[in-house]
Amino acid sequence: MDEASVARGGLAPRLWLAGGWLLLALVAAIFAPLIAPQDPLAQDLMLERLPPFWLDGAEPGYWLGTDSLGRDLLSRLIFGGRIAFIVAFAAATSACLLGSALGLIAGYFGGWPDRIISRIVDVWMAFPPVLFAILLVAVLGTGLSSVILAIAIIDWTRFCRVIRAEAMSQARMDYVESARIAGYGRMGIMLREVLPNVLPSVVALLSLEMGIAVIVEAILSFVNLSISTDDPTWGSIIAEGRLSIHQAWWVLVFPLITLILTVLSFSQFGEALKARFDPVLR
Amino acid sequence: MLLQRFLVRLLTMLVTLFGVAIVVFVVIRVAPGDPIAMMLPPGASDDDIARLRALYGLDKSIVQQFFIWLGGVLHGNFGTSISLRQDVLGLVFNRLPATLELATVALLMAIAIGTTAAILGARSRGTAIEAGIDVASGATLSIPDFLWGLVLILLFGVLVPVFDISGRVSPQLDLPFATQFYLVESILRLRFDLTWDLLKHMLMPAVALALPLAAIIAQLLKQSLKEVLDLDYVVLARVKGFSETQVILREALKNAALPTLTLVGVQFTFLIGGTVIVERLFSYEGLGNMAIDAVINRDLPLIQGIVLVFALLFVLINLAVDMMYALLNPRLRHG
Repeated sequence: MDEASVARGGLAPRLWLAGGWLLLALVAAIFAPLIAPQDPLAQDLMLERLPPFWLDGAEPGYWLGTDSLGRDLLSRLIFGGRIAFIVAFAAATSACLLGSALGLIAGYFGGWPDRIISRIVDVWMAFPPVLFAILLVAVLGTGLSSVILAIAIIDWTRFCRVIRAEAMSQARMDYVESARIAGYGRMGIMLREVLPNVLPSVVALLSLEMGIAVIVEAILSFVNLSISTDDPTWGSIIAEGRLSIHQAWWVLVFPLITLILTVLSFSQFGEALKARFDPVLR
Repeated sequence: MLLQRFLVRLLTMLVTLFGVAIVVFVVIRVAPGDPIAMMLPPGASDDDIARLRALYGLDKSIVQQFFIWLGGVLHGNFGTSISLRQDVLGLVFNRLPATLELATVALLMAIAIGTTAAILGARSRGTAIEAGIDVASGATLSIPDFLWGLVLILLFGVLVPVFDISGRVSPQLDLPFATQFYLVESILRLRFDLTWDLLKHMLMPAVALALPLAAIIAQLLKQSLKEVLDLDYVVLARVKGFSETQVILREALKNAALPTLTLVGVQFTFLIGGTVIVERLFSYEGLGNMAIDAVINRDLPLIQGIVLVFALLFVLINLAVDMMYALLNPRLRHG
């Protein structure tokens, strides 16, 4: 068996698990009002810090227990998934469009567009990303669109650097030269010939970036700078769990497992796509 | 040739830092919300507000403000923190050692864990052990430091409470230190009781920061080792009767290390970037933790100072790695 089929064979079951988890979480998030057993915002101090269902003192209907305000943890996780997925898709796509476009221009055209874009990337790489994100959201004001915008503004460089390198090596290939001789313009060649060839890398990076976006959103809501404090997000549940860790460990454990599974699944997808399209492995 | 390379890098570095200064300045000045109004008690007169505004130079145009600030920075004057009412540079230097110690301990751990895993994997190539290391490093790499920090808090702070999960040092201890490099100083003063207390606080955040980097080192170094292990001189050493571990340690490692070294340099900046949230998570009194407070308090001069110091640290590390690479790589040395 050659290395490529080993890689593919090894990836297949993990890929199914990853896809299964993401689908489950996504469906739960979309149909949250129908699926969630309780109102995620309903507080009931009579029900504070109920343990999950298998422990003594659990209440039926509160499967994963409640937090210090008596809010149902499972329902909050399901509703938190909505924000996580919206941020994942919107922020990753925006970062991807911006970064890929600049990377394509820098890599294919070279010259001064490349010099300017590369300098900007250098400047961006000199910022600690988490601090940059916190700063941007503080400046833009909390809210869903600020979070998405902040992630896109910070993470476009991930796409730009990879796509620039790829476009550069593509631009030297024979088929680009033939297209030029055939009379296509530079813009036409870039979009019709080079873009399709760098697209696989873009898609793989996009999947990885979705995982990163979910984490950044969680970090922002952990420091209380993401969405309004009322809406449940995975990060805000974690922040609450970190505070009551000695009284109610489940408030930290369940959102943490949710986040880890989601991030692992996105990165498994990205790795699998990368392996699938990598010319060396293929 | 080396000198020329160094000068070019130095120049790019200065351009990058200038770019960072502009970006931070613009981002912060775009911010809505008036930091001056937040400093004053309610009912302050317009006169008071204007006076304070002039004191912090906020009454001038943005371009003027930028160059006044930049001029100050070049003279080592980063301004006065609005929320803490102290000199920004002093505050930053007070916190920087804590972050540097944490990042360095994390880096050393990452190298130790990553190299061990790589040698183990290369030694047992083609077996279940190597496959296990691949899966473990893949998963470790995918989980960011923030989540590792939380996992460690649960495991060793709550489930088996052996380590401290909050702060830099136990507050009841008397610290005889003259500098902020507590860990270094405790060792130099032979106060190992304090060293142990500091390490007990530092271990969890350091491991959280180290694990993703350890996984990257394990993967890349193992790959390079496997390539080197098929070369003639290594085969010769094996024929001479050295065991596989000896062959790796004596012959293969130093030739396989160069690509990893470059990567570790770049990744070290990511690790330092990670200290921001990990310090927050563990209430560790470093620069990152102070940075988040500064953002929340809209303390513009302090944010500017901290971001610039981080950026300076990043470009210096990149410069050092680049020079080290040029020195160690024979092709560049003689080219």
